[in-house]
Order: sequence, then C-alpha cells, then structure tokens
Amino acid sequence: MSTPPSTGSLDAIVRDAIAAFAACRDPAALENAKAAWLGKTGALTARLKALGQLPPAERPAAGARINQAKEAIEAALVRRREALAEEKLAGDLAAQALDVSLPGRGQGGGGLHPITRTLERVEGLFRSLGFTVADGPEIEDDFHNFTALNTPENHPARSMQDTFYVDGGLVLRTHTSPIQIRWMEGHPPPIKIIAPGRVYRVDSDATHSPMFHQVEGLWIDEDVSFADLKGVITEFLRRFFERDDVHVRFRPSFFPFVEPGAEIDMAFGEGRWLELAGAGQVHPNVLKAVGIDPQRWQGFAFGMGYDRLAMLRYGVADLRLFFENDLKFLEQFR
Amino acid sequence: MKFSEAWLRTMADPPLATAALCDKLTMAGLEVEETASAAPPFSGVVVARIAKVAPHPDADRLRVCTVDAGGGRPLSIVCGAPNAAAGMTVPCALVGAELPGGLAIRKAKVRGVESEGMLCSAKELGLSEDASGLLALQGDLAPGTDLRKALALDDTLITLKLTPNRADCLSILGIAREVAAQTGAALTPPEAKPVAATCDAAHRVRIEDHAACPRFASRVVEGVNASAATPEWMKQRLARSGIRSISAIVDVTNYVMLELGQPLHAYDRALLEGDVVVRFAKPGEKLLLLNEATLDLEPDDLMVCDEAKPLGLAGIMGGEHSGIAATTTSVFLEGAFWNPLVIQGKMRRRGFASDAGFRFERGVDFELPPRAVERATELMLAICGGRAGPLADARGPMPPRDPVRVRPSRVRKLLGVVLDDAAIAAILARLGFAFARDGDAFVVTPPSHRFDLAIEEDFVEEIARTHGYERIPAVPSAHASSMLPLPEGRSPLAALRARLVAREWQEVITFGFVDGRVQEALEPGAAAIRVLNPIAAQLDVMRRSLLPGLIETLRTNLARKATRVRVFESGRVFLAARADAAVQPLRLGGLAYGDAVAEQWGSPPRTVDLFDVKGDLEALVAPARLATRRAEHPALHPGRCAEVLVDDEPAGWIGELHPRLCRAFDLPKPPVAFELALDVVARRTVPQMRAVSRQPVVRRDLAVVVDDALPAQEVIDALLAAKPSHVTAVRLFDVYRGRGLPSGRKSLAILVLMQDTARTLTDADIESTCQDLLSLLAQRFGATLRSQDPT
Repeated sequence: MSTPPSTGSLDAIVRDAIAAFAACRDPAALENAKAAWLGKTGALTARLKALGQLPPAERPAAGARINQAKEAIEAALVRRREALAEEKLAGDLAAQALDVSLPGRGQGGGGLHPITRTLERVEGLFRSLGFTVADGPEIEDDFHNFTALNTPENHPARSMQDTFYVDGGLVLRTHTSPIQIRWMEGHPPPIKIIAPGRVYRVDSDATHSPMFHQVEGLWIDEDVSFADLKGVITEFLRRFFERDDVHVRFRPSFFPFVEPGAEIDMAFGEGRWLELAGAGQVHPNVLKAVGIDPQRWQGFAFGMGYDRLAMLRYGVADLRLFFENDLKFLEQFR
Repeated sequence: MKFSEAWLRTMADPPLATAALCDKLTMAGLEVEETASAAPPFSGVVVARIAKVAPHPDADRLRVCTVDAGGGRPLSIVCGAPNAAAGMTVPCALVGAELPGGLAIRKAKVRGVESEGMLCSAKELGLSEDASGLLALQGDLAPGTDLRKALALDDTLITLKLTPNRADCLSILGIAREVAAQTGAALTPPEAKPVAATCDAAHRVRIEDHAACPRFASRVVEGVNASAATPEWMKQRLARSGIRSISAIVDVTNYVMLELGQPLHAYDRALLEGDVVVRFAKPGEKLLLLNEATLDLEPDDLMVCDEAKPLGLAGIMGGEHSGIAATTTSVFLEGAFWNPLVIQGKMRRRGFASDAGFRFERGVDFELPPRAVERATELMLAICGGRAGPLADARGPMPPRDPVRVRPSRVRKLLGVVLDDAAIAAILARLGFAFARDGDAFVVTPPSHRFDLAIEEDFVEEIARTHGYERIPAVPSAHASSMLPLPEGRSPLAALRARLVAREWQEVITFGFVDGRVQEALEPGAAAIRVLNPIAAQLDVMRRSLLPGLIETLRTNLARKATRVRVFESGRVFLAARADAAVQPLRLGGLAYGDAVAEQWGSPPRTVDLFDVKGDLEALVAPARLATRRAEHPALHPGRCAEVLVDDEPAGWIGELHPRLCRAFDLPKPPVAFELALDVVARRTVPQMRAVSRQPVVRRDLAVVVDDALPAQEVIDALLAAKPSHVTAVRLFDVYRGRGLPSGRKSLAILVLMQDTARTLTDADIESTCQDLLSLLAQRFGATLRSQDPT
C-alpha cells in the first residue's frame, strides 16, 4: 500500500487515494486504505488541522477545497466498495453455476394401456351424446348370455361363438350383450347406455384372442330407429378417428337379439372394408324377456370390438401384442 | 356355401359382372367371403386327340406324338409324359399359347425333333397339383375345342359366409331366388319333371312320430347300374362346391342337395329288413356310422330304422350297413323333412357335422321332398338306368306358416325411412311373398323355404335389405337428452388410473384366466373356478387375484431384459362361480420391481421397498387416510406384509413377495405388490370448508422411546384419538434405533402442531398439552422421553 503523502496538492492527494483504493483487492484492504486517507492520521485530516495556520481570510476557501477533495475521496471509496461487492457476487455466482443440461431428478411418468386409452376416447365420445356407462359380471349364466338374448339352447346361432364354460354350469360371457339384459331388468326405458368390458371366446390367432374387449351400446326410446343407429355409429367413427374419409357400411346380417340386424364395416378412403361391429334394432323377444313393451319402446343395440379400433388407430397389426404386456410395446402409447 | 358362379347363372343371370354380383350378394346379407377363379389365366390351349405315339430317336424318355388338334393338319409334338397313349384326349398348348406363369409356347426342336406345341398335365395348366402325366380328358370332346370352353374354366368359385338364419340359401336354387329378388333377373330353376313309375316296386314306411318327421318322400328304383360313371359336368359342379365324387348314386343325391337344397339319402334296398321305421332310439341302441364311428344312441336321437336295426341318424348321417355299394341294384331313396328342433344340438353334442345335418337343423323347405326325389330319380335313371317305382309321400302336420301383419307405419318408424306403401308392396312382391292388403297392414305369408320369418320385425328386415341398408339415412343425433349424473363422492376409475400413471406406473391388461399351478402356489388351497374347456393348459382357472397376471407380466419383461418394472391392472377377480358382480369384484393391483427410481445421476440407486409403494397408494387415495397394519398373506414375506386400510376400512393388502416364491418364479429381487378393492379406493368425500385460523401455529417435537415391536401407527393413532381440538397435526418424522438406546427399544420423533381457532395459545396451554400427550403414551405404551431414558 502506498503511504499517503502529507504534502503536495489536493488534486494529487485525491488521485493518489483513488489509485490506492483501486489497488485494494478485498474489503479489508479497502478499509485500511480508507484510514490512511480519511482517518485521524490521514492526509486530509492533517490538511484540515493545518487550516488554523492560514490567515483567517483564506481559511474558508481553503477549507472548502479540502472538503471537496474529501468528498471526492469518499465517493471513490463507495464506488470501490460496490465494485468489490460486485466482483465477489460474480465470483460466487460463477462458483454456484449448474450444468443445467443434466436430466431432472426422481420419478418419471407411467402410461395407460392402449386399449384403455382407446376406451377412454370411446367413453368420452358416447358420454357427450348422453350415454351412461354400465358394467356387468364376466362369469355369466346361460340366461343372460344367450336365452334372454333370443338364443335358446341348441340354436345354431350358439355355434357362431365358441364359448368357454366354467364350474357351476356358467359361461364366460361371449359378448357384452348380457349387460343390456341386466340393465333393462333394473331400469325402465328410456335407456341410453354403453357397456365396455372383457369378453371371451375360444379362438386364438393374429386377429383373435381368447379374451378381448367389446363395447355394447343400447338406446331404447319411443322412436329410436335404424337411421339413428347409422347416424350415431357414423358420427362416432369419424370423431374417433378424427377423419372425414371414414366410410361406414351397414350390411344385413344376423344376430338373434336384433331384427333387422347388421354387420358394420368401415374403410378409410378407398381402402378395404373392415368388420367392426354387429348391430341392429333390438329384437322384440329381448324386450319382452325383460318386461318392456315392444309396441311402445324401440331402439338399437350394437357390439363393437374396441381392440380393433385401437389396432386401426395406433397401427397395431397383431391383436396378441396387446395382451403380452411387453413394456417396450406398451410404453409407446404414453 | 361354395358354388360355381356359372351354375348359379343357369338359374338367375343378372346383367352384372362377377364383382358387382358379389357385392350385391354381400349387401343383401349373403356375405361373399372369398372368390377364386376355376382356373388361372392361360390361352391357346385346345382339346387334342393323340393319334400315334412313336419313340424319340435320340431320347429314351421322350416320345413323339402325332396329334389331332382340330387344325386339319396333324401336329408332331414331343412329349415326356409316361401316360401318353394313342387314342387319349388331352390338352394341347398350340404354338403361340401362353400358360399360367407366363410360359409362352413356341415351335422348338427337342433333341433334334421338331415339336409343334406342348401336351399338358393338370399342373401345367394350374388345374391341380397332379404332374404325374398328361391330363386325360373325359367325355366326347371335339379336337380343337378351346379347353377353357370345354371344361368351363371361365368360372368363379364363390364362397358365402351364411348366417344361421339363411339356410334357404344353402342351394343354388336358394341363392338364385335371392339374386332374382335383389336384381329383378328372371328365376329359371330346373324344370320339375315328375317321373312316371315303370314298375310297382315300393317299400313301406312307418313314421312313429309325425311331429319329428312331418314329411317322408321315398321311392324305389330297381335294376340300376351302381357302377355307372358320374358324368363329367356333374363331377365338375360337385367339385366346385368342394364335394368329392364317390359313386353315381351318391353323387346324384349330393347334386340334388346342392341344386335344390334338399338332402337325400339312398339305401341299398337289398339290405333293408322289413319296413322302414322312423322312431326315436331305444335304450342301449348303437349305430355304426358311415364314417366308421360307433354311436351310443340316446332316447332323443331320431332314427331311420328297418325292423331289425337302425339304419341311420335321421337327417344327419347314414349307417354303415345299408349304404350304396357297387353291387347295389335296388335303391330306396329317402327325401324327408325333419323338424329342426329334433336335429338341433345333436351334432354339436357329438362333435361332428354333416352337410345334411347342417341344413336340417336350420330348416329345409318342407315342400321340397317330393320334388327332390323326382329330380334325383330323373338323374339316376339317366345315369344308372333302371326302373322307377311310384313316388311315396308320407305327410304329417307341416310347420305353421301363419300370416304376419306388416304395418307400413311400423316399417317406417323402426327404420327411420321414407318409404311409401306402394314401394313396400313392390318389395314384398319382388321377394316372392304371398301377401294381401288388410286395412293399415299387409298380411304376408312366409314361404315354406324361410324359417326365419315369423314376426313383423322379420319382414321389416326383408324390406330394409331389399330397399338397401345403404339407402337408409344416417340421421345425426337430434334427440333431447338429460344431463348425466356426475357423482362427486366417487372417483371414476379413469381418475384413479391417472393418479397411478402420474407416479410412474404402467397399466397392463392380462387374461381373466391364469395358470392353476401358479395360483395354487400363491394361495394354497383356495378354491379356484375352473375353465372346463381352456384354450391352453396353463390358462385353466379364473383368477382370484390380479397377482398371477402381474407376476407373469414381470417374468415376461425380465425375460426380455427389463430391470425395472412398475405395472398395475384394474379388473375383475373371480371368487365364486355365480353370475353375480358381487362375487366378481373389481380390484386395482400393482407390482413394482427393481430400482425405486430409474437409474440416474442425481439419486443413489436403491431397490424399491414397501414404503415407496405405500407412498404411491397414499397419494392414490388422498385425502382419505391410508394406514397399514401387520397382516399375513400366503404369497408375501411374513414380516413385510400388511393389510391396507382406507379411512379405517379394510381395502386390501401390500407386501413383498415371499422369498420362497421369488425363488420358484426365478426372480432375482423381491417385487413389492398390492391389491385393493376398487369400491373402497374410489370413495371420496365432498369437501366442506372450515375457517382458516389466523392464530399463531406452535410446533413441539416429542421424542419418545418405545418397544421396538410396537407399530408406529398405533402411537400416532392413540395421539390422534386423544388429542384436544387445538392440536391440528400429529406426524411421525423420525425413527431411531441403535447407539444411545437400549436394545429392543426405538425412538420415535413426533411433530405436534397446535393452533387455536380463536386465541393465541399460552405457554401453559402448550406445556400442558404436551404433558397430556406424553403421559398418555407412557400409560399406553410404556413410552419414556428420549432424554429421560436411562442410558
């Protein structure tokens, strides 16, 4: 540290003080330097004490000059303090810097099964049309799975679906249609439900799984017609696929619990027709089986495989992949 | 039903190309499943007769044939086929011909001898796999005739996927009737020509149950030549329907079945002992079938018998002892109508099927039997010769064909179409139904060939499909509907799934049936519901828990080199064989394996434990309070297994898989699994606001030393139960064992927050509250203050 001169011009003193402050590298050194210029034994203090030796007439002017110099030195001191603080902060910040490119810590996210993802879309779309979501047991009795659906024992239509039998003379439901019966047993019309769930048939290849999913639809009111069925299904498929070039074809077919009955095919653009659902106007025998007057109430039912919807939507070629539960497959649908 | 398009067009020939015709069939409800050409494309192949066969001068295995191919000049063709012989009629590809696969035939020298074409095997023409020699053409074919014409190869084989209601379309006549109705083409069935009796041979038929057998037409034909050859045209039509030629008489019965739809049965009359009797089987009776299986008959099996033995299972299959053989000279021909209810289920219970049974259980036109017997007689006499006896036609009461009232207003309302009465009448007429107008309805009589038309709606479908489903409008949904209920007191399953997904759980879907051995290992002795006809031996019982499927999923993924698995599933489990959702409850289960968090730079690796999973479950049910208490589960580690309570209600279990099972399933680390009852987990309370106090909050920490075996939850529960209202929270924040504590003791650090709603708590309030809580713990659990513990 340079020692403040006790002689020389005030300007020189100020210059020297600024230079001395600038040479200080930390706050402690700066405070020491301050004492050398502004303290009791400092250069300016000496000058102030020397004022008394001047002629009285010169004293005010000389005093003012000394005070100016003092203020200049004090201002320099403050600037230097701030500069040092800034430097320290900058140093601290640099030391605290993170590699912000590192990955976040902790848990990631999981995912829904693609079939569930599809189901949530299906439910959402039908809810928006006022359909309630219903549910029912998977181990069913003969009455609900067949007889009440106008399919008596030994009817050739029973061989259309290969049935799993379980203990107790019961079956694994071959379709979601028994939920229609269960719902109508407990609710008078008007009725507007969908009923999604697992169904079982003795079948296994790339497009058949012994367990798969179906969503049943049932809308009974006084005037729900086949034209309404076409309207609802067509609109649903266009909304589901978010495409206007979804072509829907209803062709006559046979299911004992509907009359007229239809098979519903769809195609994208000019593509190939794909079977998607069975449907039709609810058969009067079904309504009678649950005590609903078929002359007053009418409506449609459909059963749609939503595994197939998921396959089409997400480009899955083999149905069996859905039930292998390979995480590398499932994680693609998050 | 598979058939030749050309055959169909002999009975109904609309001006439609094959594709358009198939589309028409499909859209009428007769779904075309497949079409195939009778032969692949080829050209320049004609019928030729081999006049002379000479050896090839330079090759032992080749011969030089002189061939009449109709061109005036005989052709010289080199041929290697072993069966080439003078007098044989064969296909000949002329120079310039193009064979399947693009092979072009040119004039060429074969080992020095000029060959002007090629004689063909069936395989070379793509007609069959037979490459053993030249295709020997049968019948009187003129040399030079284009082979495609001669063998009617420009034909399409159409396969229909018929629904069970349309048995009337299991014949060419039936399909033609439908085509005529749907296109307006004329229907030209084979002429029904009654055959006059030329002998008086007859065989008595006794029907014991006319309800089971309402009609039995029959006839005796004597002096037949049973070894006569079936004509080529008949063989071909049979073949194109997938039926193999057997013998002339059997072929005739099959042909008439395909043509008209009436299954017939021919018996060797020499083998009949006494009258033919139609009756139900007697106890203990047996029947040796044509397919060489022996049937133990049951009392509801309807039989055709003679007076000594059963001859066959009525309408389904004939027996071994009465069939037609090459030596047969006298034939008893049966054309019956069997009640479908008597036939239904009989094949299924025995696991076999026949073309006749398939038709009879669905219903065959009951007006057909005499017509079909006449047609078969006509064909048999032409092919096998002989003399026909008189036609017998035993009749009982026929199935009712009650007229049905079809109201046009109902048609319009059910379908949602604009279709006037005249248009409906026109459709009924096109379909060939007998009908009359009666007031506001048409009264329509179902025809004898339709077994699926009994009520008004059945006719609505007929009208709809003939009008065209594609012409019914698709009406945008315009019905008024009320808002759906949205109960806030239950979490939708979707919301629960979303909470688990947000905490890094991946949903899976596994089968409802599982491996019985795995389930038994997880829950020994539990009664599982068996699948009686499982698709595979390892999917033989219904799951009682989601755990078997989750373990299977873990194993699948470990086998595919996964190291960390966090999966969950929601679905039903099956506790009792009752068709009742209550014993098939919905569960939510999960399984976590491997590191608690995925390997990463910022967290030291740590294997997932029970508390990681419990934390996720707490978040799942929040704000409901989830607690766990020590419990036992046969599949879980006895010291690391707990019952889960949600707001004090038992909800399921959580725990680490038992080490013994980890070994059995080859799991290097123990997974932590849970399973919860969905109805408990889904419960929510609708929040009600409480005033937020502005008074200061005071925190005091209690450090108490208790017995190591004492569950911490019991301490917390005791404090919560006894606390005064100004204690707003009691939480455990540390557990300590070891240095400074005697063995068998642990220290629990418990945070207590206090806040009054109305006033600032005084030091005295706070002190006395802490003292009260501590003395409660001392009294209940022998707890001491950490600092006071004698150490």
